[in-house]
Amino acid sequence: MARINSPEELAKVRHDVLAKRDPKAPRMSICAGTGCLASGASQVVAAAEQEIEQQGLKGSVELRGTGCHGFCERGPIIVMAPEETCYLQVTPEDVPEIVSQTLREKKVVERLLYVDPTTGEKVPNESDIPFYKNQERLVFGPNRKIDPRSIEDYLAIGGYEALAKALFEMTPEQVIGEVKEANLRGRGGGGFPAGIKWEAARNAPGDPKYVIVNCDEGDPGAYMDRSLMEGNPFSVLEGLLIGAYAIGAQEGYVYIRQEYPLAVENLGIAIEKAEQYGLLGKDVLGSGFDFNIKVHRGAGAFVCGEETALLMSLEGKVGEPRPRPPYPAVSGLWGKPTNINNVETWATIPLIVNRGGSAFASIGTEGSKGTKIFSLVGKITNTGLVEVPMGITLRDIVYKIGGGIPGGKKFKAVQTGGPSGGCIPEERLDLKVDFDELTKAGSMMGSGGMIVMDEDTCMVDVARYFINFLTDESCGKCVPCREGLRQMQKILTRFTEGKGKESDIEVLEGLAEVAQEASLCALGKTGPNPFLSTFRYFRDEYEAHIKEKRCPALSCKALIATIIDPEKCKACMLCLKACPEGAIDGGKKKIHIIDQEKCTNCGTCLEVCPSRFDAVRKISGEPVPPPIPEAQRMIVKKAKRNVT
Amino acid sequence: MTEFLLQIDGKEVKARSGMTVLEAAQSAGIAIPTLCHHEKLAPFGGCRLCIVEARGQGWTKLVVSCVHPVEEELVIKTRSEKIDRIRRGLLELLLAHAPHAPVLEEMAREYGADKNRFEPGASFCIHCGLCVRYCAEVKKKNAIGFIDRGIRKEISFIPEIASQECDDCKECFPLCPTSYLQAAYVLTKSLAFPSKS
Repeated sequence: MARINSPEELAKVRHDVLAKRDPKAPRMSICAGTGCLASGASQVVAAAEQEIEQQGLKGSVELRGTGCHGFCERGPIIVMAPEETCYLQVTPEDVPEIVSQTLREKKVVERLLYVDPTTGEKVPNESDIPFYKNQERLVFGPNRKIDPRSIEDYLAIGGYEALAKALFEMTPEQVIGEVKEANLRGRGGGGFPAGIKWEAARNAPGDPKYVIVNCDEGDPGAYMDRSLMEGNPFSVLEGLLIGAYAIGAQEGYVYIRQEYPLAVENLGIAIEKAEQYGLLGKDVLGSGFDFNIKVHRGAGAFVCGEETALLMSLEGKVGEPRPRPPYPAVSGLWGKPTNINNVETWATIPLIVNRGGSAFASIGTEGSKGTKIFSLVGKITNTGLVEVPMGITLRDIVYKIGGGIPGGKKFKAVQTGGPSGGCIPEERLDLKVDFDELTKAGSMMGSGGMIVMDEDTCMVDVARYFINFLTDESCGKCVPCREGLRQMQKILTRFTEGKGKESDIEVLEGLAEVAQEASLCALGKTGPNPFLSTFRYFRDEYEAHIKEKRCPALSCKALIATIIDPEKCKACMLCLKACPEGAIDGGKKKIHIIDQEKCTNCGTCLEVCPSRFDAVRKISGEPVPPPIPEAQRMIVKKAKRNVT
Repeated sequence: MTEFLLQIDGKEVKARSGMTVLEAAQSAGIAIPTLCHHEKLAPFGGCRLCIVEARGQGWTKLVVSCVHPVEEELVIKTRSEKIDRIRRGLLELLLAHAPHAPVLEEMAREYGADKNRFEPGASFCIHCGLCVRYCAEVKKKNAIGFIDRGIRKEISFIPEIASQECDDCKECFPLCPTSYLQAAYVLTKSLAFPSKS
């Protein structure tokens, strides 16, 4: 392929790519993001290739494995264009039918469509599925339109137009002006306005300057950056180039987790292809601007997502944060002015340059503009990645997009902002999601994790879990984080074991203040949030654990017992056979009893007990009822008694 | 290098740009407690005991004085109820590791820290890093380093270097606030290079 040496040549290459494609030709896009791959998308792709060939359609159908579509709950996903018919949970066995019916006969395969759970109606079009309908996929949307390894696909949808515009029609100051006008706030967690950060780095004395992509996403359950990097690495690279031009950097780094193999691979391919086209390297697009990228794979320490720890790690040192000031914009990598933004922030830049800062700023709330990608996970019907305008309510995300809580359970809280975020309760569900509102509610935006919890989730245990995670991931450099979180974790663990004291709450509050005020980096400063926010909204659960040694959610194993109701037990032997501990005594027609000494509260008996019997239940804060006398355990007698 | 004035505990203090708040305070004879600070070493900011209140134009916040650069017209307070409370909290966390370290006992008296607030930890190293940094920055030997991360982090002599360098140096020994260092050295030596000496 030839180098592109001017915006005109870029337009011509795009034209040539499009000219080779028949816009009316059917297209079959199969999601090949990590989620769908895990549920078998590569076999679906292989089956589609084979089937298209066998049914003689090769050459007349565009088959494409794309980046993540977001609806991971229902993968593997196939979207048929131009009709936009969306097939969910497709198996390789479904493929011949899709090819023969939809591609050849233009008929819809009804059984693979989304079914609206309330109306029971089938929804053929992707954009009509409630999960998608209520989103605004500006940054994440292109993922499903391109093969992440094909730069031609990216060019076809207008890729690199923003870069050409920035390099040839705008001064660096104008680019920064647009980003400032867009009021784009960093999507990695800090929420600092990107334009101001860029300007500081541009104005800082020192040469060379660096730009860095932070792809060290480490929040449990969050995979927005992963899916963007896997599904559309070109948009990240384009954003980075525009930023480098604006800031005056000629070298960039991508700090990416080694645990994201597909992202590392697709990024490598994207860099190689961009170089071949002259969209990276010397004299980008013939503009005279040189820019090179190096990829650095991180070993997985959570704290290396913190920008100064990331810099230390890039420099080959131990990944521990360093004090700010000086800020990286002034003294970053190797002591030079450096600008670090996360994947999503960079990927948003081409959009801002293309549409203009004010258009971007027209979406969202007063203090938070544009859209944000969230990873919606936990006890939610539609697990996946969602992109929504800032200011949407949590209720809309959880119910309209997420489809509510599965299994008829009751919503309890949504945890936002990653491990050091907070839990937001039901009474705050109408909160408008943006940086400031989430902070006011005692949580934070973070990088966009959203973990939904139902009534079976114990909030004390949630606080223990997240503070345990943070204790484990603390770098250990400063005392308030290393020692403070450790002590918090110990106290919270004692609560879940029924060993808490009322005076512990005061100790926890003291530790929280020390960690918040005195920690070196954001990990420690926000570390107490899981405790503070759960204590703020679920104080009664703490009190139940401490005063009554009771777990209201029936979750903390040390505080619960599993029992079989002798009135309901039909002695069917199911639980008796399933119990991994051999803790259930009983026999055919002999009412089962759980030996509390042996029981580990694993819940297996509860799961296998037929719902029509509903004989097993968990109790907490009350004594285990004494077992019924041996003489009354035979069901025959009981049945007779019932008859008489 | 520009000189300017800042205020520490109501006293006008002359400082040069590039200095830290702690250095400025020390130059004026104002004491701020420290554990991980050493004049020959680069600022570390690990123990956080030197936390002070800083007021600039339109903002007030707590900063760690050993790493915070001086700025013109900064107003610093080295003691307040909140600062003392945080220092007390930090000391109590450290006392769980080294309840009998004289330097910690003395500060505990000053700030009313309870050495029994938390159950005692197994190791009495408080991770100030003085030994590790002194060996690296002043002696340039790197005979001792940190291993592992977070709550599992500990100091460790590197036997290959320590066996060659340490017996004749031991300059780090008096720096250790808890004497854990000496114990670690004796242990390393007895296990890894007992024959020498």
